[in-house]
Amino acid sequence: MHFGPHLLLAALEGLVTSAVLALTALGLSLVFGVMRVVNVAHGEFFMLGAVLAWAISTAISGHPALGFLAALVIAPLIVGAIALVAERLVLRRLNYNPEATIVATIGMLYIIQQLALSFYGPEARPVEPPFSYRILLPWFGYSGYKLSIIAASALLLTATWLVLTRTKVGLIMRATQYDSETAQAFGIAVGRVYGGVFALGAMLAAIAAVLIVPISQAHYLMGQDPLLLSFIVVIIGGLGSLRGTVVAAVLIGLSDGIISMFFSPTLAKIIATLLVAMVLVFRPQGLFGTASR
Amino acid sequence: MIETNKAEASKTEALRIAGLDCFHGAVQVLYRLDLVLNKGEVLCLFGRNGAGKTTTLKAIMGLVPASAGSIKLTGKELTGLPAHEVPKAGVAYVPQGRRLFAEMTVAENIEIGLMARGKGRAVRDNVLDLFPLLRQRLRQRSGTLSGGEQQMLAMARALCLEPEVLLLDEPTEGLMPSMIAKIRETVSKLRAMDVSTILVEQRVDAVLSVADRVCFIENGRNRETVDVEELRADPSAVRRYVGVG
Repeated sequence: MHFGPHLLLAALEGLVTSAVLALTALGLSLVFGVMRVVNVAHGEFFMLGAVLAWAISTAISGHPALGFLAALVIAPLIVGAIALVAERLVLRRLNYNPEATIVATIGMLYIIQQLALSFYGPEARPVEPPFSYRILLPWFGYSGYKLSIIAASALLLTATWLVLTRTKVGLIMRATQYDSETAQAFGIAVGRVYGGVFALGAMLAAIAAVLIVPISQAHYLMGQDPLLLSFIVVIIGGLGSLRGTVVAAVLIGLSDGIISMFFSPTLAKIIATLLVAMVLVFRPQGLFGTASR
Repeated sequence: MIETNKAEASKTEALRIAGLDCFHGAVQVLYRLDLVLNKGEVLCLFGRNGAGKTTTLKAIMGLVPASAGSIKLTGKELTGLPAHEVPKAGVAYVPQGRRLFAEMTVAENIEIGLMARGKGRAVRDNVLDLFPLLRQRLRQRSGTLSGGEQQMLAMARALCLEPEVLLLDEPTEGLMPSMIAKIRETVSKLRAMDVSTILVEQRVDAVLSVADRVCFIENGRNRETVDVEELRADPSAVRRYVGVG
């Protein structure tokens, strides 16, 4: 294959990674931005989404698209409900103290992971894609499903942006993010907003997992990589910044896809780590974050 | 505590605080604080820094929990209500330093105020009539407004609740004289509209020009409440409690 088509293929693979990463990292970023909670268990909500997608799609017989669509709706709802319960039982009791919640979410990570191991098992299990259409380009054929992941992610990111900037719910979330005490003085039930945002963050991770699981596999340890990459993305983009999260996810995803294909995956990881180090040294608030609040 | 307002008994109470104790962590800030705000009056809380004036306002808003005592808004108990229910009951707060949602536009800040008690476009228009300058700045990010404009927006946001009681914490702090005059004018207009106001103020001239009564807070206690006419005639209380005047 010539360089041009090779680069296009690498870029497409990178965009698929970016699409999933942007959704996952956005959940992490929203939770930190609004609640000031660094959710170390975020990757486990991703894993739960994938495991539940397998369970739901396996339980529903018929065309694979039926099982997949059911999983796309039900798995994030279940994960959101689990996150809401965790928020009420753990984070609220700690009064959302930043240090205490880091330790608490590490505990949540292990509990969710071990529960998945106990009930789901150690095997990696596949989920059938909803369709297997292949788009034939002049140089190579490419999975239509992978392209649909990019489109679905773009749609969801746009929807999240519209909710945050154009609706009353978004206004309430932003007011809580900027100044929770003043928000309360204007009738905003901050505790309820925190519960909703934590659930929403987990749901975004679960949706990303359901989208990616047909081209990877569901496994109880699969939350670790998305968590690490999400942290890289939100550090580069700026915690709490939607625009920063998307830009950083595209940057990391594309560089990962292209460098992995032309050089090696290890070099891609080294470059991402270097980028994080440079951002931490020269612009600790991230590319689009605010210096202090 | 000495309540010297002779006509007080005949007036309708908007807010009554009785025996209020508040703590910041392990430190007690308010000690058995008593205070009465009558309907349509401007009551000024006056005292040195750290006397407990801001804590009193925050306690009314439920932002600092009361460990003892009661706060009643026209007879309805506010203590024990979640903080977000207090504005819905009819108390609006303009915090010290404005505390606008600086990343949001002027229109969005006003929208937050309207949402608290479900007020609509008519209230928004009335509030913008009070502060016509804001009408021209609706799409501007509030953090980019001048200090005076930010104070106007902070008051406008609070007035969108159509509150029975308005709490103003040092609204003239750091403003130029023309803006201070505008704020005073607005407070006087609100009195005419029967809004009861508790004003925390450090400037003696501002207190004397807009307040009906002045409550001297010292070390978390209400030492004395006097009519402003009495204070004008004998300003010794100002010297006694604040050391100026």
